[in-house]
Amino acid sequence: MKDDNAPKADPSSGLTRRDFMKISGIGAALPLVIGPTVVRAAGEDIEVHGPGKVPVALNVNGKKLMADLEPRVTLLDALRDNFDLTGAKRVCDRGTCGACTVLMEGQPVYACMVLAIEAQGKKITTIEGLTEGDTLTPVMQAFVEHDAQQCGFCTPGFVIATTHFLQEHPNATEDDVRRGLSGNFCRCGTYDGIRAVALAKKASGGTA
Amino acid sequence: MSEYTWPDPASRPLLGKRISRVDGPIKSSGRARYTYDYNPQGLLAGNILRCPYAHARITSIDISAAEKMPGVKAVQIVQKPGSEIFWAGDEVVAVAAVDEPTAEDAIRAIKVQYEILPHFVSDAEPPKNIAETSGPISQDDFEDMEGNQVPDEQVIAAIRKNGISFHLDDNYVKELQGYGVEVPVIQALRSAKYVQATGPKSPFKKTAVQKQGEPDKAFASAAATAQGLYGASCITHCCLETHGMAAEWPGPNEMAVHISTQNLSGIAPQLAEPMGVPAGNIQVMQQYIGGGFGSKFSPDRWGIAAAQLSKSAGGKPVKIMLDRAAEQEVAGMRPSAFARVTIAADKDGKLIAWDSRSWGTGGMGGGGTPPLPYIFDIPNQRKQHVAIATNQGSARAWRAPNHPQAASITMCAFEDLAAKMNMDPVEMLTRNLELTGPRAKIYRDELPIAAEMMQWKQNWHPRGDKTAGPVKRGLGLSIHTWGGRGHNSDCDLTIHPDGSVEIKMATQDLGTGARTIIMIVAADALGIPMQQVNLLIGDSRYPVSGASGGSTTSGGVTSSTRRAAVDARDALFAKVAQALNAQPDDLEAVNGTVRVKSDPSRGLAWKEACAKIGAMPLTIRGKNPDKSKPPDLTNSGVGGVQMADVSVDTETGIVRVNKMVAVQDCGLVVDVKTAESQVKGALIMGISYALYEEKIMDPVTGRMLNPNMEFYRLAGISDVGELKVRMMTGKGYDERGVIGLAEPPVVSPGAAISNAVANAIGTRVGVLPLTPARVLEALEGRS
Repeated sequence: MKDDNAPKADPSSGLTRRDFMKISGIGAALPLVIGPTVVRAAGEDIEVHGPGKVPVALNVNGKKLMADLEPRVTLLDALRDNFDLTGAKRVCDRGTCGACTVLMEGQPVYACMVLAIEAQGKKITTIEGLTEGDTLTPVMQAFVEHDAQQCGFCTPGFVIATTHFLQEHPNATEDDVRRGLSGNFCRCGTYDGIRAVALAKKASGGTA
Repeated sequence: MSEYTWPDPASRPLLGKRISRVDGPIKSSGRARYTYDYNPQGLLAGNILRCPYAHARITSIDISAAEKMPGVKAVQIVQKPGSEIFWAGDEVVAVAAVDEPTAEDAIRAIKVQYEILPHFVSDAEPPKNIAETSGPISQDDFEDMEGNQVPDEQVIAAIRKNGISFHLDDNYVKELQGYGVEVPVIQALRSAKYVQATGPKSPFKKTAVQKQGEPDKAFASAAATAQGLYGASCITHCCLETHGMAAEWPGPNEMAVHISTQNLSGIAPQLAEPMGVPAGNIQVMQQYIGGGFGSKFSPDRWGIAAAQLSKSAGGKPVKIMLDRAAEQEVAGMRPSAFARVTIAADKDGKLIAWDSRSWGTGGMGGGGTPPLPYIFDIPNQRKQHVAIATNQGSARAWRAPNHPQAASITMCAFEDLAAKMNMDPVEMLTRNLELTGPRAKIYRDELPIAAEMMQWKQNWHPRGDKTAGPVKRGLGLSIHTWGGRGHNSDCDLTIHPDGSVEIKMATQDLGTGARTIIMIVAADALGIPMQQVNLLIGDSRYPVSGASGGSTTSGGVTSSTRRAAVDARDALFAKVAQALNAQPDDLEAVNGTVRVKSDPSRGLAWKEACAKIGAMPLTIRGKNPDKSKPPDLTNSGVGGVQMADVSVDTETGIVRVNKMVAVQDCGLVVDVKTAESQVKGALIMGISYALYEEKIMDPVTGRMLNPNMEFYRLAGISDVGELKVRMMTGKGYDERGVIGLAEPPVVSPGAAISNAVANAIGTRVGVLPLTPARVLEALEGRS
């Protein structure tokens, strides 16, 4: 998928709810040109991208990454399919489970709910950007020590969420954990370990 | 003669300790690559057009527009016009395109017409007067019996009496052997008469009444009787990594496959025939899997479609991963089971009679028969089950097939009877342990430990929390069992002359800790640090190891690893003995040295010892089972006790789990840390199915109403109270050998939580999940 530049047909019919969300997220979809055009809508100038492929530049883990993407491509799919950053997972694909959590401008977001074109100009940090080589952050190390992972598929999302949570709550209470980490789901049942990570003080010393 | 027996506690440097999982760092850093993450240059995105109707016949398919679309590389019709579709979401056409958006557009460009047929998706109580069927045993029936661990002699008798309606091929026999199905059962299948199954004219398939003892007499003489309706709704596996496979053709007659599977060694044999490629030419790979829970044993139709698309696209890799909706609709569900139960005890609280009329669905196959009454061999019984065929994606094995449902039905009826007799259920259970058969001693050990951990005596009250206020608190319990004998497993263990050690085994680690326990067992026997063992799994080119199903992996892989490690160690001793001026039998491998037992000062560092091997590495094949290398290192049959402490808001119907306690036996615990995680995970999954999860079918459209994760709700971190786990270890447990742990602890939570809710609010909420609506209905006396 990474090297493909094949021209795209106009997806003019059969809109799903998701397409609608994606299109409505950028205003009104219109002309078949590359690069944004500007239309006047509701008294404001609105940039219109697509519907064909448009050049997209992302700032991910301190690097500028470029690709030609359709406007409907999510940040998550761009990261995974185009830049091979596969730590963030697509699980619910609807902003429910948190497995795709990345940091945007330092805040956790569900990458499946952000379009790649919307993420331009924002500083994105993925799980891969938290470490170099084989090193682990203190939070990752705490996940290992407290065995806060089984199959591991939800783990990168939880590590990102926990990392940010501990920056905000260095002395988290159980109640803080309950509220602060309820945006991610696990199927194997690793919450007890994750709770231990979030309550262990040493995990919060130096995170990213 | 080599000593394969598990070592005693004094000589176990690693076995039975608390060791962090070896793949923890790669997982927590996001570097673990799953099938979903397979992303080679030129990968084509696969997608599938699915039937929107629960029952239909395909009348026409037009793929011409899709084929002409730029970027579309292959289109494959999966089910031809004329095919009958039996559930919504079934596969019709598959496409491969340069990227996901193009594949999505191609799917939309395909035109399929259907003749819509009547569907049936309800698992409500069947009408009373349906006829009994005693037709031949279908493959589903047979697998149910095996899954329920029906004694071999009963299975054989049923096969002889009714015949079978399926054909036995060699692959299936191999598969059965892999699961540990015993030879006499396979012989019975081979010699069974084939009886054509009569198509299901009615969705209801009623079994003959099964009777034991004299139930009518026993009920008439009973001191107390309780009646109730109990059960558990259909749920899905909801694997976070959806099912899927990537296929490519490196050569015209060669396939390479990445697949999310619990059955790495069993995939190539299943692909060989449909793809017309010798199984030996199919390489199957998987390093990490994002959940399976019993639903991932086969390449499935979508995997075969990926392989066909790849072939059509000139061998380029094609990956098809299900989207969330398909995962929820077609890729696995746990059958529902409900029952009207009457249970009776004598004046001492001993169970004397059981009567159940049960029903449930597992899709078109009708679904599992819960083993009722669960665990207790009540002397007088009458029972009958109705399997309901429904138009929905078929059931797949879900952790401990049929046991959670059976436990919910039985243990809830049991506690209702205890309540009726004003008896503490711990006391009543203690009085009935002799009915639990061979595991009575285990329960007798575990029950007081669990009661202590829950502070049962201090906290338990008779049914109905009498304290003021809308929030009521209560305790409940349940017990469970499972078999779990180790599966067939081969491995190659190599000691290289430079001292490095590697193990090759075509197994998989589902997140259970399989990698970790294999490395513990090998390093423990060789007296070296685990880091020195290079474990290679997840590739079908390695020695064959069984599917991870039925809690058979731990027993299988540790047994073969132990035999290989002991043989390799002894072979090393033979090479080293002369240099140490000793007999091989006098040597031991401890703390990274090979030394003389009686004089530890005479030894060689591991690396020096390995240099004596010579120029060529030493490779040993370890096997399980291996009768030539006794003893049996694995076993079957575990017991566990669980207790739940809940609060119920009687104004909103919301149930919260304050605390759960699990006391679990699994023979010799190889790694206490990952074992406890497995049990905690089961408790959490149990809270999830007890309170939230339900596959809701729409009777009008025949479709699942919640094929997503917003409305198919999993327990989150805020839903889980305190969890306390105790693994039984030491004398009476260790010497039984290694037994798997995936199924047993997930059986009891539903029953324990339901019982705690009944204890809190004073009335039974019969059906799981215990949603606010069901709780409020029960409180209003409407259920």
